[in-house]
Amino acid sequence: MVLSRFTNKIKENFPIFKNQPKLVYLDNASTTQTPRVALDAMNFYYEQRRANIHRGVYQLSALATELYEESRQIVAKWLNASDAEVVFTSGTTHGLNLLAYSLGKDLKPGDNVVLTRMEHHANLVPWVEMSKRYGFEVKYIELTADGRLLTVSLPIDKSTKIVSFCHISNTLGTINPVAELVTLAKKVDAMIIIDAAQSVAHLPVDVKALDCDFLIFSGHKMYGPTGIGILYGKKARLEKLEPFFFGGDMIREVRYDGATWNDVPWKFEGGTPNIAGAIGLAAAVRWLTEIGLEAIKVHEQELRDLTIRQLDDLADVTIVGPRVQAGPIISFVVKDIHPHDVAQILDSHNIAVRAGHHCAMPLMNYLGLDGTVRISFGVYNSKEDIDTMIEGLKDIITRFSRKRSGIRPD
Amino acid sequence: MYDDIDNMYREVILDLYRHPLNKKVLADFDVEQREYNSLCGDDITVQIKFDKKGTVLDIGHHGTGCAISQAAASLVTEEIKGKDKETIRQLDNSFVYNLLGFEPIYTRQKCATLGLGAVQKSLIL
Repeated sequence: MVLSRFTNKIKENFPIFKNQPKLVYLDNASTTQTPRVALDAMNFYYEQRRANIHRGVYQLSALATELYEESRQIVAKWLNASDAEVVFTSGTTHGLNLLAYSLGKDLKPGDNVVLTRMEHHANLVPWVEMSKRYGFEVKYIELTADGRLLTVSLPIDKSTKIVSFCHISNTLGTINPVAELVTLAKKVDAMIIIDAAQSVAHLPVDVKALDCDFLIFSGHKMYGPTGIGILYGKKARLEKLEPFFFGGDMIREVRYDGATWNDVPWKFEGGTPNIAGAIGLAAAVRWLTEIGLEAIKVHEQELRDLTIRQLDDLADVTIVGPRVQAGPIISFVVKDIHPHDVAQILDSHNIAVRAGHHCAMPLMNYLGLDGTVRISFGVYNSKEDIDTMIEGLKDIITRFSRKRSGIRPD
Repeated sequence: MYDDIDNMYREVILDLYRHPLNKKVLADFDVEQREYNSLCGDDITVQIKFDKKGTVLDIGHHGTGCAISQAAASLVTEEIKGKDKETIRQLDNSFVYNLLGFEPIYTRQKCATLGLGAVQKSLIL
């Protein structure tokens, strides 16, 4: 394994594993743990540079502003974008709402927005709500039985104004065919929005190579802090977009009867932002870059393949979602055992997994499931974590089946 | 981490999961209420038939859920048969935990109390 000989070394970077030595953390799609360097970077701001940004003429404010803008540069460079194209938000939900509100109001009856059947609620509810206000239609790309986009007879047509989809499904792990969708969207002049919440920490993301109009993600799913995220937009797109929040820092000139807006990206950063969060996120980016996304991708792919092989050996387990062409996420169900019970008993083995609908209720209905158990890997996971998890699963199956012969006959 | 995992998933709970009590659809009922746990997707509908004095004559629940929610719904529906509306309104979560024999961790409490919640909501209408 590419990273296996470093896994223990990598774990040492994360204080949580020192404080919770038995923890087998397999819920990285929900939130990742934070490395020491990101915590230190935030502490440095709080302890040595704390001041508001873009506001004080005094030295401390200048230093804080410098740190904050440097963080933007680090993120921009990482994404292969320019500084002006990187907006700090509070997270993916904020970014997607900003776009749905701001782009949605320019749509009219007859127009449509194309999503997929596998979207997280954050890339679904805002569009559906805006469609009720402005009368446009929301269409969905259907899925194959194993949870991949059905790329024949796509609902993209000349009335499509926006195509918005997840890079990697948070529920199924599916890696979506970005290039194919982008080509089709461009043919009809539709804007492309990529929800990269589940991909930025797991494979190299280059916005120029993807050629999307917007790309959104959260800091806390990529080893950064909570409450911070990124909205990338092509500069021309951002310049045309109206601000979403009004207030301090996003304005140029204010009169009692109106205002003009600051330049991009600050036009979208009304109010004092999560300064420490931005700094922590940039530290996480630096840390990820040092390890290398390509190496992380290979490591997590190996973990995924290994897990699938071991799950296949358990007769009661059925994997939901694609077996290949997928990110470090595996959803599965255990015969006759509710996902919540699986997660609870795994927890008694110190294994953290997610159970339920994963903020994708329509997808669960679409697949005819009450929910799934989801395991999702991060850079610090190891083969031992998988072994522990499989042992836990065996315990659950035994617990429920030993007693299946029960007191009462069926 | 939890010494009581064996207690939580003990024989009686698993048995109620596989063979829930009062899991049925009533043809004749006075009130009906659905409750949904958006965290995990537990989904329960209760139906109650009262007698002339306003005590529970029959009760049924249906839907999907985990072992804890199914066992709790079984025990709660069984226990409130013959009770009057006011008594049922006074019940709190500890009533369910006593029946189950444990108090679940925070994130599972909604599973345990979903059935009672549906019953009590049905009495508001």
